[in-house]
Amino acid sequence: MTQIPEQQFVHKVPVQCTLNGQSTEFLAAPYLSLLEILRETLGLTGTKEGCNDGNCGACTVNVDGRIVDSCLMLGVEAQGKNIETIEGVAPAGGLHPLQQAFLEEAALQCGICTPGFLVSAKALLEAEPNADEHRIRLWLAGNLCRCTGYDKIIRAVEKAREEMK
Amino acid sequence: MHPYQYIPATNITEAVSALARYGNRARILAGGTDLLVQLRGERYELDAVVDAKAIPELVELTLDGGLTIGAAVPCYQVYENLAIAAAFPGIIDAASLIGGIQIQSRASLGGNLCNSTPSADGICPLIVHSGVVTITGVDGTRTMPVEEFSTGPGRNALGNGEMLISINLPKPAAHFGAAYQRFIPRNEMDIAVVGVASAITLDATGQKVESARIALASVGPTPIFAKQASEFLAGQTATEETFAKAGAIASTEATPISDMRGTIKQRHHLVEVLTRRTLVQAVRRARGNA
Amino acid sequence: MTTTEKPQEFNVVGTRPIRHDGVDKVLGRALYGADIRLASMIYGAVLRSPHAHAKITRIDTSKAEAMPGVFAVMSGKDMPLVASGALDLGETVDDTAFTSDRIMAHSKVVYKGHPVAAVAAIDSNTGLEALKLIEVEYEVLKPVITLEDAMAPGAIVIHEGLIGSDLGEQVKNTNIAVHNRLEFGDPEAAFDQSKTVIERTFIISRAHQGYIEPHASTAFWAPDGKITVWTTTQAPFGVRKTISALLNQPLSNIKVTPTEIGGGFGGKIPVYLEPLAAVLSKKAGRPVKIQMDRRAVFEASGPGPGGTVKVKMGVDDKGKITAATADIRYGAGAYPGASIGAAASGIFACYEVPNVRVDSYDIVINMSKTAAYRAPGTPQATFASETLVGELCEIIGMDPMEFHLLNASKEGTRRPDGPLFPRVGNEGCLLAIKGSDHFKSTLEPSAEGKLRGRGMASGYWNGIGNKSSVTINVNEDGLVSLIEGNPDIGGTRTTIAMQAAEILGLPAEDVHPAVGDTDSIGYSDLTAGSRTTYATGTAAIEAARMVIDEMKKRVAMIWETEYENIEHIDGMFISKVAPDQKFTFKEAAGKLGQTGGPVALTGTVNVRGSGGGSFGTHLVDVEVDPDTGKVEILRYTAAQDAGKAVHPSYVEGQFQGGAVQGIGWALNEEYYTSEDGVMINSTFLDYRMPTSLDVPMIDTIIVEVPNVNHPFGVRGIGETSIVPPAPAVANALADAIGARLYQTPMNPGRILEALAAKQSGK
Ligand SMILES: Cc1cc2nc3c(=O)[nH]c(=O)nc-3n(C[C@H](O)[C@H](O)[C@H](O)COP(=O)(O)OP(=O)(O)OC[C@H]3O[C@@H](n4cnc5c(N)ncnc54)[C@H](O)[C@@H]3O)c2cc1C
Ligand code: FES
Ligand code: FES
Repeated sequence: MTQIPEQQFVHKVPVQCTLNGQSTEFLAAPYLSLLEILRETLGLTGTKEGCNDGNCGACTVNVDGRIVDSCLMLGVEAQGKNIETIEGVAPAGGLHPLQQAFLEEAALQCGICTPGFLVSAKALLEAEPNADEHRIRLWLAGNLCRCTGYDKIIRAVEKAREEMK
Repeated sequence: MHPYQYIPATNITEAVSALARYGNRARILAGGTDLLVQLRGERYELDAVVDAKAIPELVELTLDGGLTIGAAVPCYQVYENLAIAAAFPGIIDAASLIGGIQIQSRASLGGNLCNSTPSADGICPLIVHSGVVTITGVDGTRTMPVEEFSTGPGRNALGNGEMLISINLPKPAAHFGAAYQRFIPRNEMDIAVVGVASAITLDATGQKVESARIALASVGPTPIFAKQASEFLAGQTATEETFAKAGAIASTEATPISDMRGTIKQRHHLVEVLTRRTLVQAVRRARGNA
Repeated sequence: MTTTEKPQEFNVVGTRPIRHDGVDKVLGRALYGADIRLASMIYGAVLRSPHAHAKITRIDTSKAEAMPGVFAVMSGKDMPLVASGALDLGETVDDTAFTSDRIMAHSKVVYKGHPVAAVAAIDSNTGLEALKLIEVEYEVLKPVITLEDAMAPGAIVIHEGLIGSDLGEQVKNTNIAVHNRLEFGDPEAAFDQSKTVIERTFIISRAHQGYIEPHASTAFWAPDGKITVWTTTQAPFGVRKTISALLNQPLSNIKVTPTEIGGGFGGKIPVYLEPLAAVLSKKAGRPVKIQMDRRAVFEASGPGPGGTVKVKMGVDDKGKITAATADIRYGAGAYPGASIGAAASGIFACYEVPNVRVDSYDIVINMSKTAAYRAPGTPQATFASETLVGELCEIIGMDPMEFHLLNASKEGTRRPDGPLFPRVGNEGCLLAIKGSDHFKSTLEPSAEGKLRGRGMASGYWNGIGNKSSVTINVNEDGLVSLIEGNPDIGGTRTTIAMQAAEILGLPAEDVHPAVGDTDSIGYSDLTAGSRTTYATGTAAIEAARMVIDEMKKRVAMIWETEYENIEHIDGMFISKVAPDQKFTFKEAAGKLGQTGGPVALTGTVNVRGSGGGSFGTHLVDVEVDPDTGKVEILRYTAAQDAGKAVHPSYVEGQFQGGAVQGIGWALNEEYYTSEDGVMINSTFLDYRMPTSLDVPMIDTIIVEVPNVNHPFGVRGIGETSIVPPAPAVANALADAIGARLYQTPMNPGRILEALAAKQSGK
């Protein structure tokens, strides 16, 4: 809770949303990003912060079927939305084909970018089950990876694409 | 960051009165892809942001010959609409290259316009499509052509308590084509070193230019409507040679600076190149064989 | 240890198991630096200098201290004054006083972003608001930003206390911390005898590692004096040592737990936040977490140095190198320590050069202190030497591949810094590229009037060995847990576990590796210098051998026979005297309780040297838009010597990642700095690292010339791959546009200028 002089006190706002399939309620200081709410308030640290200004995609989450950078959305804007984070990608007790493909294709080195790539790629393959290499590269251009040179990430997405058919 | 309130407005009156109440201590929140970055970077302080995404007029996207784009409509809704893509190609070029996919889920053309940077990719295409903006404030509603909207880097025609409602584009004439291209060193996620939008209306033979509109990004304090280059083209034959001449004229209308993204010389040169290229593309589209 | 000439056969090494930490990482469960959350934890924020060079005349923190929600405030006066002294961090040696000053300014700021105060507050935004209440007055000094200004006679001196070393002589009042020279033969005489001699000067941009995870550290300083630190670091033992030295605390009172690490490339060797978090924690009595934001990472952490490199090379009429000299000048940033040593030894390492002289300068300027960046110092120097070779080949009309092969260093060649190479893979990489489909293909002209070109370059990185510990615990179900002390940045838990598994005769999956904290594993040097799979792997082999040895003793006890009678073959314990007596590892493990209790053994090593290092050769096709100067990378092949690839996928990944980092450095990455020493492009947006859309697939060829210094022939491979890309791209660009660029980044603006200059006949 931020403590500031009384006259400017900015109250927290109750927010209701669906988070990884569960109806969820939280209190959000209105100026906090969805990323901060997920990580600090809700303890979902799988969503990463790389830049806090929309340029790395490490904080990518899915909001109502669209991927967004959670650092560039306010937590209060989650009201009424359906949000999926990396913690919601795997089916209970298993892995999503993308997660499996990332492991098999060694598509992660340090792994900090991986949650963002997985959330982005999942949205792509759900919308475009036949996305080709160029389309995958374009779609993932908002996700930076500094370790892999992208090669194995692209191959993993292509592999998962085939699995998901 | 200075703590601020969140005001989710559900209609224009609410939003406008909130803006009026807070004066310059409140701003509209559309996609937030500029606003939240600037607030975090402490470019300015606010006491409130007014979320406009629940205001029906601001999320309206209507194609009825002409096109009405609510000020808060995210880019993806514009470019995923195939009918819009067919009729307003210049707009689609811009909407699909602002940021990456994540940014396009939120970023709006209205926000792009109101943020009013010279490098904005969305503004020049709106100019060449002869866009008109609708602005509402406590004192009522007014309209103006897009090219008059930006008044300097980060500055625009909005007065205190005023907000942008929508951008209205007239129905394109027959044999109309438009295109927007920018130059960036990377292939995505970059700010235009130079951007050029061109729109062209050909005669029925598809050979002669009836009228043209060219606008330039990132080469002056505001997006620039290249009036002389546009006027030059009227009545000319649509050839590469003509377009090269138009590019040379457009380059004289540019007033770039040197900064980390490019030098004055490079930018003048790129205006010529991109004017030529966008005109070729616009003509191809005008002839219906894009 | 020598490797037999006959290739060794492996069961586990060379396969591609799924990495052990993979599931946690794809589920988002792995905990990185910023993911640490402790009960009653509070949040630190750091106030940083807006000036690159200034005296601090006053700091008043009282308003911040009074702000509700603020628990502690600190400034330079809360850091003990430490005397100058050597702080040996395994790969680099820093000075303690400079390190203390770098982490928090005492009286003078020497780079933009230099910490001047810090607060700990109930949440991060309160911390940031509190920073605004700290009053700091500066007397602004003129910053020294360019190397010319720093080296000029009468230059403004940044550190009055700095004693420079000029070819071994002490120098006062200087910004030139070190001037070294390597020399053998008589280069001048040899140049006189040469058929062709060329000399060029190159400028290389300062470039950031660009790891996606910002620095983040959490510390708790307990009332009993114990300091616990959770931090994203390549060097947990280095962090322990640094905190101990800077805060005057006993080494063993400090426990450092390395979190998962989101990239480092050398940049997470230095300590930045840990001592600040510790001091704030002591004041507040609570755990304190501090995270850097991206701007601070760019401005105030340590990128690789930029600088100028002048190279001269002579050849005889057959194209054989007669002599080479270089003058390497790097901007170390605000404290000494640009990697000039490795630059000097690496610059001509790919060649047999009979006469050599390399001068190198470590120069202090008012920007953040540079740090190691993947093959530290070497990509910059090699950009110069390999681009020069490209031009030399043009001039003498020789095919670069033939030039490389004719002049390639090999076993017995002397490196510029003295040592003779043992068996190495330089020629192997050249031949691998020469035999590749890519090399044999013809580069088709562009249909759209674009300019295409092909270029190649080689590169070298030596790497280090040093100290590592690995503990193996045999569990009663026959699986083993393995603890090592090297943070895993790219799959090294698995490559270390695989080497243990190979010896143990177990599948990789049956070895469960973990990275221990500094209290739970023996001393281990940092994850850097391409040493982890190589040196810590050697420790794992050592530990596994000890385990097998001990298990043999136990099995002998059960079978009531002599230790000598027990063999371990293909994972089975077999009695030589009673061949029907057999135990699988699992069976033997299940019986440990009856034979003297648990088996838990630690292998420790101090591996001397790298065994010769790893060479690489890269080949690239580029396409240039002559109207805009825009470059597309059309095709890329990287060949490199891995000695023995433990996990080929992660070896390929290192080649690919290094290649793309190198492409970024070549084409776009730089510190665009104002005259005041302010980095203007301090965001990912404007720093412009390659996105997935900017590069093609990166083809790889793993060359395996076994390392004489490792039981399995393994070489450290993590760093070499960033060395060849920039000169390979430069040579390809020259081939495409018919003009040469001598400066990185070779961005569209510079390419347009080069094209224009060529057209105007200059
Ligand atoms: C990673 C990244 C990449 C980007 N790439 C590009 C790019 O390629 N090209 C480009 O042009 N831009 C780019 N941008 C900038 C930004 O995304 C665009 O300018 C976007 O169009 C802004 O729209 P928004 O809806 O997010 O605006 P917001 O951030 O919500 O608003 C922007 C400004 O306009 C004001 N505003 C918004 N709507 C109204 C209204 N209806 N009435 C009055 N004022 C209003 C806000 O108060 C604010 O000052 C990028 C940004 C990021 C973070
Ligand atoms: S942290 Fe949100 S895009 Fe980088
Ligand atoms: S794996 Fe490290 S950033 Fe992608």
